[in-house]
Amino acid sequence: MKQKKFSHAGGLFFRMLRLFVMLLFAGVSLPSLAVADDGAVNTQERIAPVAEVRLQGQPPVEMVAAPAQKKAQVVEPEAAPQPSRKDYPNVGISSRAIVWVLAQMHLFFGALVLAVPLFVLMIELVGVFTGDDRYDDMAHEFMKISLTGFSITAIFGGSLALALFMLYPDFMGYMMHVFGAQVLVYALMFFFESFFLYVYYYGWNAFRYGNLKWVHLTLGLLLNASGLTIMLLANSWATFMMAPSGVNEVGAVVGNVWEIMKGPLWNPINLHRFIANIGFGGAVVGAYAAFKFLSTGDPAKRAHYDWMGYTSNFIAILAFLPLPFAGYWLMAEIYAYSQQMGITAMGGILAWLFIVQAVLIGTILLAGNFYLWSGMSRTDGSERYKGLIKIIAFVLVVSFLIWVTPHTLILSAAEISLLGGSHHHILGPLGIMPAKNIAVNLMLIATFLSFQLYRRSDKVATVGWAPLGNALLIGVYVAAVANIVFLGVYFGYFTNTVYKVGSSVAQVGTTLVVIVFGLVIDSLMFRNARVLSSHWGRIPDRSQYALFALPIAFTWLMALMGYVRSSVKTHWHVYTVMKDNSPDNFIPTIGYAGNMITLVTILFLLCVLFMFWVANLSGSRQAKPEPVVGGVA
Amino acid sequence: MNVLLKTLTFSLALTLLFTFVTYLLPQVKGEAPVEKNVDLGSLTMEDFIALGDDIFHNKGTCTLCHKPAPLGRAPDIEGENMVALAEERLADDRYNGEARDGEAYIRESMVDPGRYVVAGWGKKGSNDSESPMPHVDKPPIQLSPMEIDAVIAWLQSKDGNVVTVVLPDPEVAVEVASAASDGGDAGKVPAPAATAEEALARYACVSCHALDSRNVLVGPGLVDVGARLDKDELRQSILDPNADVAEGFPPAMPPDFASKMTVKELEMIIEYLAEKKG
Ligand code: HEC
Ligand code: HEM
Repeated sequence: MKQKKFSHAGGLFFRMLRLFVMLLFAGVSLPSLAVADDGAVNTQERIAPVAEVRLQGQPPVEMVAAPAQKKAQVVEPEAAPQPSRKDYPNVGISSRAIVWVLAQMHLFFGALVLAVPLFVLMIELVGVFTGDDRYDDMAHEFMKISLTGFSITAIFGGSLALALFMLYPDFMGYMMHVFGAQVLVYALMFFFESFFLYVYYYGWNAFRYGNLKWVHLTLGLLLNASGLTIMLLANSWATFMMAPSGVNEVGAVVGNVWEIMKGPLWNPINLHRFIANIGFGGAVVGAYAAFKFLSTGDPAKRAHYDWMGYTSNFIAILAFLPLPFAGYWLMAEIYAYSQQMGITAMGGILAWLFIVQAVLIGTILLAGNFYLWSGMSRTDGSERYKGLIKIIAFVLVVSFLIWVTPHTLILSAAEISLLGGSHHHILGPLGIMPAKNIAVNLMLIATFLSFQLYRRSDKVATVGWAPLGNALLIGVYVAAVANIVFLGVYFGYFTNTVYKVGSSVAQVGTTLVVIVFGLVIDSLMFRNARVLSSHWGRIPDRSQYALFALPIAFTWLMALMGYVRSSVKTHWHVYTVMKDNSPDNFIPTIGYAGNMITLVTILFLLCVLFMFWVANLSGSRQAKPEPVVGGVA
Repeated sequence: MNVLLKTLTFSLALTLLFTFVTYLLPQVKGEAPVEKNVDLGSLTMEDFIALGDDIFHNKGTCTLCHKPAPLGRAPDIEGENMVALAEERLADDRYNGEARDGEAYIRESMVDPGRYVVAGWGKKGSNDSESPMPHVDKPPIQLSPMEIDAVIAWLQSKDGNVVTVVLPDPEVAVEVASAASDGGDAGKVPAPAATAEEALARYACVSCHALDSRNVLVGPGLVDVGARLDKDELRQSILDPNADVAEGFPPAMPPDFASKMTVKELEMIIEYLAEKKG
């Protein structure tokens, strides 16, 4: 009995905490509180009689009747609420549109401020090990330009929470009920992150050398640790909504918080977002560098910003290369969790949007490659590779065209008639998955080759086995391309299995082998290489536009994929557990999504401009007005 | 300023280009299923079949997977004759479900697809021992027993087969709905009788009628009924027994067989009785 009381008090404590968090994040509407509340105390326990009263000669009162009756009503106390349409507040404009914009803005900035400290820490480390102060300064500058991003993230996060609680009270009540104290950890982490952020940033010059530098690096590590924890926690909400775990089929909580968080899609999303965020962060700060580069004529500044832009692009492209693989893993896990959901994404109406995704990824690849090629003008040794670049460009463009060719994406008769036939006679064979896999892998290999050529362009190998090494490398490239094409063609067109994905694993493996092999050979071969002079800042202005294309495409891509992630749940808030009965429970057309995505992209652009502008303010100082002699002129 | 203008224009133009790509694609909305109110009182078999057609193509999301060959991720049950397929499945050695006839097989395929996995269509790596098909009576599809019946009726009728499912009876439907919300199997409509004898037993005809004599129990003996009534009259006396009560009998025969029996059961009973000529 005593124990019961205790646990009850514990429950009360948590409910108080929850209440506190809800108030913290939003001026909560009361109904949502009531929903969140219900699960905690067992009704029967509350109304249980102290002693049994019974008429003489009568059988004992049936105590089971009450809960049984309760069961007949569909809503059990702990089950997910099933609000009807009138339970959704109507504010005149689409609630979904409001939440869409706020959530996406929050995610953009969240991704940015998560990613920047990550590579800042890396660059800082490089600075420590090379003893080159330029790295340290650049890392510091990266921090400076994204500093306002933290506040912007918090502002959008707060608005998002407010909007969610007001517009989707039942849903949020349920989520709070499920995740309970976990959101507290989230809030706590946010405080930690702010703390470490400010100390890390403002302490940069105070803790710059010697042992203090290590203190500073530790702060950076803690900043990243809290940032990553935040991301993992927030990801679990998204993945819970897609593939709920730790709850039974009516949504009643049956597992602990860990079981709830560790759903089947959690880790795939964690990995995919983690990598994507780094690429995204790199792309955004690259735009800053490009802008500064274009705005100045001072050769020293141009050299500095050229180098900064190069580094950003390097980060973005490096993070980008493994992304498709993480993406495929995520998709494979979605299929494994529910084939229905997988097909909704890849074979239903949403499938069209993977064409847009292909266009965006193609833009990223082409922009990244174009930038690398343009950058070769910095070095004197790059003439050697001019011819190869034409071939790379050709391979990229052809592969890209194959990739965007639609084929198996048809859903309804209406769509078939829109296309004029279920698939195109000539393009048909190019549109199927194996052909696309060939194309994607070739594009990645081509991009890596560009990268490798760029790295080589300012060096001449001095080791004796250099010709052999080159021959070996060429052999690896040729064999890899042949293998990828063969695997794709053979499995794609000459075997008759339902699942042709088997070949794609081997193809991806081949691509990875090329990358690893290329890195190893080059690092051995260019040991003690003769370094040709290279001139930072010697790059045509037009190359800088690639550094704008990159973040725009990344931003668009993120928003697009967020729309996919949210839409594969169809008319569910929490898939299979809590229905979405709001007026917006349909999947909007892709054109509408395009408009929304453009809206958030432009908003993001404006906010980023603001962020950069503020960063620049801190560096400028108004000249003191000359004292005016002799009164007003 | 010039640089700002140029880069902003470039960024905006690129953004709009991407937006433009989305306009080139088919504009389809993914509607959430809407609750339809079916008036069971006036529901005809035709409506019921049309309802099944609609569910198959919309709410049921069946066409997500069940599509013609190059696009499908499941047997093309719309293009093929599902009733004939069902017979094949039942005759297959690998079949170990509980269905005895086509209708029951289709229902079983929908609510417990793992019972028999069509060769080549099993979950990847399961060697056809696990079905990737969702249980349609569970979320996210969540069809009610009545909706499942409607789909079966449509699957049967689209190839001109006999529709064996019964139309839902208003009262039964209510019961079914509340039973179904308990999550148990209680909501399942039992499989229809396979033979006339079975049907006569199921509808408890034999508790009021003697089949092998003229003895009157509650109603008249039926041993010579085939001689007294033709098939149409037989049909009428089953479907609408109170229209013309045989003299000397109370109107005790249940009036609701029309909504309980399947068409097939009714026809079997009529054939059987028409042969009873004394
Ligand atoms: C996620 C994909 C998917 C969805 C959605 C789906 N099915 Fe299936 N269905 C399958 C697969 C795969 C099979 C073959 C494996 C098996 O026998 O279980 C199958 C088999 C069947 C069969 C047995 C076919 C045969 O040849 O024996 C029937 C009947 C059926 N489905 C009906 C439906 C109906 C009706 C719906 C919609 C309410 C539906 N399915 C929705 C994937 C799906
Ligand atoms: C070069 C390839 C890819 C890039 C650059 C890329 C990029 C991105 C980005 C930036 C996000 C948003 C991450 C975030 O929310 O922080 C994202 C999410 C997503 N991606 Fe990818 N992706 C790629 C490949 C794929 C592939 C191949 C698939 C599936 C077939 C895929 C499926 C998804 C899904 C479903 C999401 C939504 C998850 C979410 O919003 O977090 N991606 N992707």
